[in-house]
Amino acid sequence: MSEYILTLLVFIPVAGALLLLLVNGSNAGLLKSLAFMVSLLNFILSLYLYFNFDSLNPGFQFEINRVWIQNFGISYHLGVDGISLFLVLLTTLLSAIAILSSWSAIKEKVKEYMVTMLLLEAGMIGVFVSLDLFLFYVFWEGMLIPMYFLIGIWGGPRKVYATIKFVLFTMLGSIFMLVAILVLYFMNYNYTGQYSFNFTEILQLPIPLNAQVWLFFAFALAFAIKVPMFPFHTWLPDAHVEAPTAGSVLLAGVLLKMGTYGFLRFCLPLFPNAFMDMIPLFSILAVIGIIYGALVSTMQKDIKSLVAFSSVSHLGFVMLGLFALNMQGIQGGVLQMINHGISTGALFLIVGMIYERRHTRMIEDYGGIARVVPIFSIFFMIVALSSIGLPGTNGFVGEFLILLGAFNSRIIYAVLGAIGIILAAVYMLWMLQRVLFQTIKNEENKKLLDLNLREIIILIPIILLIFWIGFYPQPLLSKMEPAVKNLLEYVEQKSDSITSSSGECDKICEKAEESSITKEK
Amino acid sequence: MIDNIWLVPLLPLLGFLINGIFGRKLGKNLVSWIGCGSVGLSFLISVKVFFELLSLPAEQRIFEKIVFPWIYSGFFKVNISFLLDPLSGVMLLVVTGVGFLIHVYSVGYMYEDNGFSRFFSFLNLFIFSMLMLVLANNFLLLYLGWEAVGLCSYLLIGFWYEKKSASDAAKKAFIVNRIGDFGFALGVMLIFWTFGGLNYTEVFQQAPSILVAGGGLVTAITLLLFMGAVGKSAQIPLYVWLPDAMEGPTPVSALIHAATMVTAGVYMMARCHILYELAPFTLGLVAVIGAVTAIYTASIAMVQNDIKRVLAYSTISQLGYMFLGCGVGAFAAGIFHLMTHAFFKALLFLGAGSVMHALSGELNMQKMGGLKGKIPVTFWTVFAAVLAISGIPLFSGFFSKDEILWKAFSQGNLLLWLIGVICAGMTAFYMFRLLFLTFFGKSRVDESIKSHIHESPKIMTVPLMILAILSVLGGYVGIPKSLGGGNNFEHFLSSVFGEKEMIIHHSAFTEYIVMIISIGVALAGIFFAYRFYISKPELPKSLAEKYNFPYRVLLNKYYVDEFYFKIIVNPLLKFATFLWQFIDIRIIDGTANGLAGMVNWFGGIGRKIQTGYVRNYALGMVLGVILVLAYFILK
Repeated sequence: MSEYILTLLVFIPVAGALLLLLVNGSNAGLLKSLAFMVSLLNFILSLYLYFNFDSLNPGFQFEINRVWIQNFGISYHLGVDGISLFLVLLTTLLSAIAILSSWSAIKEKVKEYMVTMLLLEAGMIGVFVSLDLFLFYVFWEGMLIPMYFLIGIWGGPRKVYATIKFVLFTMLGSIFMLVAILVLYFMNYNYTGQYSFNFTEILQLPIPLNAQVWLFFAFALAFAIKVPMFPFHTWLPDAHVEAPTAGSVLLAGVLLKMGTYGFLRFCLPLFPNAFMDMIPLFSILAVIGIIYGALVSTMQKDIKSLVAFSSVSHLGFVMLGLFALNMQGIQGGVLQMINHGISTGALFLIVGMIYERRHTRMIEDYGGIARVVPIFSIFFMIVALSSIGLPGTNGFVGEFLILLGAFNSRIIYAVLGAIGIILAAVYMLWMLQRVLFQTIKNEENKKLLDLNLREIIILIPIILLIFWIGFYPQPLLSKMEPAVKNLLEYVEQKSDSITSSSGECDKICEKAEESSITKEK
Repeated sequence: MIDNIWLVPLLPLLGFLINGIFGRKLGKNLVSWIGCGSVGLSFLISVKVFFELLSLPAEQRIFEKIVFPWIYSGFFKVNISFLLDPLSGVMLLVVTGVGFLIHVYSVGYMYEDNGFSRFFSFLNLFIFSMLMLVLANNFLLLYLGWEAVGLCSYLLIGFWYEKKSASDAAKKAFIVNRIGDFGFALGVMLIFWTFGGLNYTEVFQQAPSILVAGGGLVTAITLLLFMGAVGKSAQIPLYVWLPDAMEGPTPVSALIHAATMVTAGVYMMARCHILYELAPFTLGLVAVIGAVTAIYTASIAMVQNDIKRVLAYSTISQLGYMFLGCGVGAFAAGIFHLMTHAFFKALLFLGAGSVMHALSGELNMQKMGGLKGKIPVTFWTVFAAVLAISGIPLFSGFFSKDEILWKAFSQGNLLLWLIGVICAGMTAFYMFRLLFLTFFGKSRVDESIKSHIHESPKIMTVPLMILAILSVLGGYVGIPKSLGGGNNFEHFLSSVFGEKEMIIHHSAFTEYIVMIISIGVALAGIFFAYRFYISKPELPKSLAEKYNFPYRVLLNKYYVDEFYFKIIVNPLLKFATFLWQFIDIRIIDGTANGLAGMVNWFGGIGRKIQTGYVRNYALGMVLGVILVLAYFILK
């Protein structure tokens, strides 16, 4: 079981999608139920990972490593460690929730929609469990396709613009990453005489300093766009505003994490020296993102773009933590990825719920609805407060660890980052005030219906997670800790050894360049 | 029982959960039983625990209890764990005791409100948060309580959220508090950075050896923590949220101003007294800010007409006294005043609520008057509180305020002492002004309300009476030695603050003189209030006309809110708009779209070559052939 569990997690949604293709498109109820059952099954299966995860093992678990295309050294290598474990769980949970949340929102092309959602789920899980660079790239790019359709078909009025922007931005980054992957592939050949895309093998490469910098940037651009870091963030608000609710949930909840995950999984251990050199640059960009995202968020008129810009701010925190390069910073960063998935995912769900009722997302159209929809308002408040990192909620644990980590590496970044916490209160509470409180100005809001049972069921697990992680994050932190510790130690050793033997490495690099040129010929 | 200290915060938390989730279905009676019962039980346990603590020998009066691990990350380890010592013991009694009385009073006060169960669940949450703050044994858990009381104040100030002013005030309270918390959080991080841990015992034991007294590090830590205290305890420049906080229901004001929330800053500084004592610069600043805040807000309180607003400014002013106390190193005196203030300020607010209850919600003191005989219980209890806060001998406020003033004087801070004394006179003036305008003189009540002025029900008046007794007698636990007392309160806290060898430059005689001066000043304040509002009621008006400008400035609270709006809020919003409209849309997105446009443009040019006419392609081929041939020939 434990060898095949990851394969199952990736391919059950694919199988589910194929199954859906057999169902008659007009039978929407059956389609929805089937899709939900598949995603629920996948979520339950993913819990197997959680319960059977060995907290003491810092390496990859549930590993499967088979040859896929021998001639090119492409392997089917999957595995999770303490860092990716929770991202996989987050993906399975949010996918199930996202499907359930589309129950009444999606009325057209239900079959295609559900197939797309399941394929998207498969792609996202694939990204987090791939340990072969080729395989990773396939999932990374492949996942774009369902997202493209999701926004492009079921999106809002400016969906075409938003989709093209989203795809072009992402592709721009990925192209460079592909080149960098190929360079690594040929470097590996020169060093070992073996063709391999296998991540664990490429990790052994001592990459010389100057090559590290170039390769780092090629990877970093792809990831930074995905995060998105300032100033590559402008695709995000457009994509979010136009995407259907479930698309936004998965976009914010999971897709953005691929960027931060990429930095941690690939950039850091592959190019440790470059990573360390770039700490000032990326920390500053992260801090700018935190403050800029929060300020721009304050002035938004559309709730969804407010949440989108707040994501820029939150992901800035994650990046700040990762680049603090110490235990607290990275653990906080990983935890904050999960937290952001939960809280911001939930915010999009909530906005979607009210949008379904009133068909507007403009803040000015609301006001005073707490009186009419009290249950909705309570959920909205809790989620918003967790998003601004109130102690006792998940957001606090992540943000505090990040700032603590940043504080221990460079105080100034922590000080600037902490300003973001004040600003978060400003944009979130001001929005809550204008949406939930004060008197009702608009007659239509008096007829709003409160949440139904399905919607409450969607939100309850989220609320439980918010408080669970807020008060007792230990089960998560303790599973992460060995992997993070291992990573930090590994990075330290590797960076030292490369600095001390940089002369020898340069030769490898030259050879690599030569050979890649000959190969092309 | 002492081992089950976690029950004290747990009960209000359960009350919050039950009333919060099922409150609407439970009915008002059950809700009030759960709401009051949980805090009442907490109070009983606190009393039991307190006596258990008292029965131990002084040096063993410290007890820690780890409940469960909270956040472990590498060498960063923080537990959910509690600390009970005389300081937290006193705070426990104040929070649960006064809190319980406010809960009971609220049953009567809020009975008609639609949000009855919501109100009680929030009250419980407030008590829970404050208990976490007080009982925490480390800085991070303190921070949890610290922010959580901010949240509760947000929820309760904005309780009537349909009023724009209420939701504005709630938001303001939270954001201003967060500005303070920003400093506080950084202070906590700096503590961790310095000590590698956040546990009180760990930090305080190492502090004298790690930190250089008066050095930059300890000054930075204490200043950052102080920033949090300035926000939470509403001192200059972050006091602006507290006067607006009275938008909430009156019991909330009583809770915020007396038992919880604003006392947190004073408590925190007292808790960290070891750090503060190592940082004389910070202590000096604390004392100065305290004194300035005290007199500044007292001046505003002297002209306000809204009964709750007077009380709100008086709270800030009294907190200034407590800060002054801490600033001159008299932490025990600060906590002493915190306790007596909790009694009489809770009483004043609840009394004001009772007046409002009688007058159908009227707040303007110019429309009151002559209520003495109509609501006698309210009158007599409020009278006791007014005497206490004005520092009239034998009432609780006298002992605690005088203790602070004496400590300031005996340490040679004559200027601070003088400010304190003048402020005491102003306090007596505005409190008696409140008393006279409300209860004495001719009735100025609207005719429509006049006919049904009535005393509040027992459930509201009994808490008033209990608080009145406490306001009168609460000071007797700390009678100074010069007046024949044992100064038991300070002695009890000495295991926390250490037995200070106060160098006595001054004889008991000096102490009497100092005492008499402050009594004299207080009496003078009362005299002026009597002259202005009883014997010559036309005098204030003519004075206000004569000194119109200063009067307006005071009435408009020195225009500080307007000032903040002009120089902080509006520029910030403008800057944010600029970032969004210009930087984001024009520059960043403009660049991206511009690049796309350029690609499009190039494509457009390229497309022109693809005409689809064979002759054009043939021409191209011919030209190409000529060029290639030319190249080879000319090579």
